[in-house]
Amino acid sequence: MGSITLDGVRKSFGAHEIIQGADLEIADGSFVVFVGPSGCGKTTLLRMIAGLEDVSDGRILIDGVNVVGVPPAKRGLSMVFQSYALYPHMSVRGNIAFGLKMAGLPKAEIDQKVENAAGILNLTPYLERKPRDLSGGQRQRVAIGRAIVREPKAFLFDEPLSNLDAALRVQMRLEVTRLQRQLATTAIYVTHDQVEAMTMADQIVVLNAGRIEQFGSPLELYERPNNLFVAGFIGSPKMNLIAGQLAAAQGAATIGIRPEHVVVNRDGKGWTGRVAVAEHLGSDTFLYVDVPEVGTLTARCPGEMHVQVGETIGLAPDPTRLHRFDKDGKAIRS
Amino acid sequence: MARQVSTQRKIVNTAAAWTVGFIIFFPILWMVLTSFKTELDAFAIPPSFLFFDWTIENYATVQERSDYLHHAMNSIIIAGGSTLIAMLIAVPAAWSMAFAPSHRTKDILLWMLSTKMLPPVGVLVPIYLIFRDFGLLDSRSGLIFILCLGNLPIVIWMLFSYFKEIPKDILEAARMDGATIGKELVYVLTPMAVPGIASTLLLNFILAWNEAFWTLNLTTSEAAPLTVFIASYSSPEGLFWAKLSAASTLAIAPILVLGWFSQKQLVRGLTFGAVK
Repeated sequence: MGSITLDGVRKSFGAHEIIQGADLEIADGSFVVFVGPSGCGKTTLLRMIAGLEDVSDGRILIDGVNVVGVPPAKRGLSMVFQSYALYPHMSVRGNIAFGLKMAGLPKAEIDQKVENAAGILNLTPYLERKPRDLSGGQRQRVAIGRAIVREPKAFLFDEPLSNLDAALRVQMRLEVTRLQRQLATTAIYVTHDQVEAMTMADQIVVLNAGRIEQFGSPLELYERPNNLFVAGFIGSPKMNLIAGQLAAAQGAATIGIRPEHVVVNRDGKGWTGRVAVAEHLGSDTFLYVDVPEVGTLTARCPGEMHVQVGETIGLAPDPTRLHRFDKDGKAIRS
Repeated sequence: MARQVSTQRKIVNTAAAWTVGFIIFFPILWMVLTSFKTELDAFAIPPSFLFFDWTIENYATVQERSDYLHHAMNSIIIAGGSTLIAMLIAVPAAWSMAFAPSHRTKDILLWMLSTKMLPPVGVLVPIYLIFRDFGLLDSRSGLIFILCLGNLPIVIWMLFSYFKEIPKDILEAARMDGATIGKELVYVLTPMAVPGIASTLLLNFILAWNEAFWTLNLTTSEAAPLTVFIASYSSPEGLFWAKLSAASTLAIAPILVLGWFSQKQLVRGLTFGAVK
């Protein structure tokens, strides 16, 4: 079991409030991603759950028990750090076994559990090596092995893939997701990368300036962002946000339309403008179009359309996919 | 990519480095050479560099006149003892300052360093009186005590900056893994800090070995270490350069050998943090 509840959790350093009252229910076995720009408090929140950071106010419940003031080791959680934080003087085996040793398990049982975890993570040939003799991906796997071997109530991941190169990151992303499904253990994963968030999470928590902006499934956030911040943060390329007369005509302070919900045409339908930049990805092309009196809009069109820079094209927004926001940035739902 | 360096440049750099190295080393070389000269050659003007009558007579005289082993033993006990006690105090102090700092930690560190800015002679009279009243004059325990206190700020600073370099993440990982503070110290922190502790130990030993102010002022014979042994050749019947050199060579030989074998550790300790 591993359900985690945050109840009015606050954190402040002096007068500066880092976390401004977080309320959250994380169901047992779910994969929850905290995402937000750097400095939004996502890592602080994770460290508070881990017990590495004090809570200024509020309660953190793990399986219904308030753990505020309980030392990290007694919370039954394990953590994977951004820097891997392996013990450099111990072998891979020593690293994975350390937690079990601290728990005072008999040696035979420790060996069996370590072998088991190493098997799952393809680390068996490296058990006697030191961390310095491993590649980045292998070190990451050791850090994960150290976390799973203790059979915790929940895993906490603090940007674990950000030190890996792009190709390895995609591969490890898949491995972590698969492992979490296989073990069915609650996981909280912190990242600033919204692609990682969208692809891995059951539920995403979008944080901004110490506040939870929205909590929901990836598609929920994509389709119904609560406010301008979430609208701009989730989705790649970013949603087009248009203020002024065009928005006023829709009864909103700002309207938003995602690049993929704009139909690019050569018939002059919708807004017309000149293509400033075209990014050809093969399957898709991202167009940055200067539209007079609106600004630069981003549009996504099929790769085979072969749009050239300098061409004048029409951008027809799908009216059913239009997002409207009031002057406080809150979504207007009709 | 490494910077391309022309051969000419390399030769100039190498020559310059050797010149500087030789200039720094020259006084020691001169001392060793002088110790093998007769007293007459030692004073000769112009001085003869290598072509003189080589003799080991000075060493024999020195050994005859004073008990080298007695002084060397005192040096070992005083330097070793003060180092050991300083480490016992400094390791926990540096741990707590590096890993559980309070808002006063920085002030305390600076205050400790400030005590090294006071010239020792400024407190000679009070220290002398305290030593006299407690019967510590010319005692090894007294010297161990004063040298330990004198070097403590440097030892704590060195260890502190060394511990600071240990990533906090690793300690937190240990904490998450269920290690208590004691186990964290024994299984994670200490093994990682061994090189730092070793180089601090060495440096402190060398500093204590070479310390001359307190050893000269607070001892006469019983507890006198090698510094006093050297100094005894510069006072009574005028200066005897050759014998003084022989005594000095004997005095620095052990520490020179120790320094030679541990130079890698020492350099690593002293340049810590400067190079990753």
